[in-house]
Amino acid sequence: MREILSRLLATGGRLRSAVSRDESDGDQLATDGGATVKTTRRDSLRNSLPIEWELIESAPFWLPPVLFAGFFVYGAIAWNFLLSLTDYNGLGGAQYETFDFSMYSRLLSDGAFWQAAQNTVVLLVVFTVLCLALGLFVAILIDQQIRFENTFRTIYLLPMSLSFVVTATMWAWVYNARNGVLNQLLRGFGLEGALVGLLRPAGVNAEVIQWLSWNTTALAAVIFALIWQFSGYAMVVFLAGLRAIPTEHYEAARVDGASTVRLYARVIIPQLRASAVSASVVLMVFALKAFDFIYALRGSQPGANMDILATMMYRVAFDSLQWAYGSAVAIVLFALALLVIGPYLYSEYRRGEL
Amino acid sequence: MSIRDGDFIDQLRSTENSRIGLYALLLAGIAFYLFPVETAVMTMFKTESAFARTLPFAPPGADGFTLDALATAWNTLRPGLVNSLLMAIPATLVSALLGSMTAYGLTTISWRGQVGVVVLIIAGIFIPYQAVLVPLAQFWFQVLPGLLNGFVNTVFGFITGGNWQYPSRNGYVQLLQLSITHAAYGIPICTLLFRSYYQSISDEMIEAARLDGASAFSIYRNIILPLSLPMFAVTLIYQFTQVYNDLLFALVLVNEPASQVATQRLAALTGGVVQSFNTTMAGAIVAALPTLLVYIMFGEQFAKGVAGE
Repeated sequence: MREILSRLLATGGRLRSAVSRDESDGDQLATDGGATVKTTRRDSLRNSLPIEWELIESAPFWLPPVLFAGFFVYGAIAWNFLLSLTDYNGLGGAQYETFDFSMYSRLLSDGAFWQAAQNTVVLLVVFTVLCLALGLFVAILIDQQIRFENTFRTIYLLPMSLSFVVTATMWAWVYNARNGVLNQLLRGFGLEGALVGLLRPAGVNAEVIQWLSWNTTALAAVIFALIWQFSGYAMVVFLAGLRAIPTEHYEAARVDGASTVRLYARVIIPQLRASAVSASVVLMVFALKAFDFIYALRGSQPGANMDILATMMYRVAFDSLQWAYGSAVAIVLFALALLVIGPYLYSEYRRGEL
Repeated sequence: MSIRDGDFIDQLRSTENSRIGLYALLLAGIAFYLFPVETAVMTMFKTESAFARTLPFAPPGADGFTLDALATAWNTLRPGLVNSLLMAIPATLVSALLGSMTAYGLTTISWRGQVGVVVLIIAGIFIPYQAVLVPLAQFWFQVLPGLLNGFVNTVFGFITGGNWQYPSRNGYVQLLQLSITHAAYGIPICTLLFRSYYQSISDEMIEAARLDGASAFSIYRNIILPLSLPMFAVTLIYQFTQVYNDLLFALVLVNEPASQVATQRLAALTGGVVQSFNTTMAGAIVAALPTLLVYIMFGEQFAKGVAGE
């Protein structure tokens, strides 16, 4: 019964397309018979078009979302650049009258900018390198055919599912000078006194380590907490890389009698280059975005030692209402991000990976 | 290959030792990744005097136990949680759907020059949001209200009398603006996730459907969309976590206290003058609850989303 019905319908579809030349090609029921007629018709239509048919056919799917996202991403960046050339500040709307690079020359002579830029680069490099190292180590541990692998992996990745604001709140308590876990542990091991002597900045008179406010420790404390949060990400990427290596490579090295350390150093780790590159690009971008963490920890005035370009931009623009100046800081931050992702995307493109 | 018995036992013993060492390291890893969360959970059940007296990771004693901190944090954060969900769920759905459509148009249907659009989209994932903050504030608080006021009062002037004002200060309007913003910035990552998935779908089925005369829309509707369901799970879970966890956009776009999101309220709680760590820890746990639940239930999908980035 159902077969007859569908055959009837199919015939109907074929007739319709042949007789009335209906362009309803969304009709799934049109089977082979109708397709030939249609394809030739559409082909002649396609050949007469100045642009590819596929471009037109696919445009309704990608063009609206791309315009929507493009307006907010690239439109806003262009707009931001334009604003950085004005002198816009204070309450009220922007004035687009005079354009010059005065905000950028002001940046060059701003000590706070150089300090924030330096902190940003230190954070970027140290965080990324240590995160990769720890992530690789943990990935290798997990790759040893262990039991409960999923449980371990899930727990190690858990911090990454938390908001920066949540982790900052937790770490503020860990680093708390009087009662925090870290100082209590150091106290328990009798290390606190020695470390206070070692880390205490000149002119400070305190008997407990103030991790988040001492200029010797503030940035390191932030970096450590961020490594805690994101090394799980590096682990996931490296684990995928390790799983892609054929088992023969392990076996061949084993037969040659290589020790585990040599096996990893000579055979396995060199093959993880692609994983390391893509993980480090993402980690560096996370580091550039570490604003939420620092803001939740110390507000928009984290002090010179913890200030990064992202926090400086927010403070200058949204606290001091120096919109044009803030936009200029933002452009520098954007340029830094481009320096990271530009070469990466270019090499992916050259290798045909896009 | 002949192994003497002694060698064999030595080898067995040494592998056994190294297995023990391995599991010891893995357990140390658990301690490392969980201790800040564990101390937070313990501290939120302690009284003010107890958390100063006891070790942070030790459970509260009978005299130092309280639910007051949790109650305070819950009352402070509850409206924020509701606002966060109101804002994040639609933003996530829109990003995922548009990301899937974009990936389809740029992957399954292939045309010359599409790689240029793909590059622009992928680069969009890595944009530091600071680079768009001032224009965002300009757009939502100055330009859009100005345009809409002009339009409405010109076209419907006979009703409004020229006095209509775009409700910039309305809390729900601000949440809607935040949601739209997140939806837009979520498209690039969602597109990337779907794209790598669509690249792995075999061409044969789609080619066959095309020869049968199926339109681009019907291929998407009847073949691609049903096949994408597992990827939708990955994308929705990952993107929801990202949007829910964000603070920066909310700080800039939401200034009505009643419509602040959870991260904003937690930041205000943490940044308060009095540092009652039991309350702030309770706040952290309450604010983390939605993403923690999602993570515990769908950890596998989250890991896939993370690895796709």
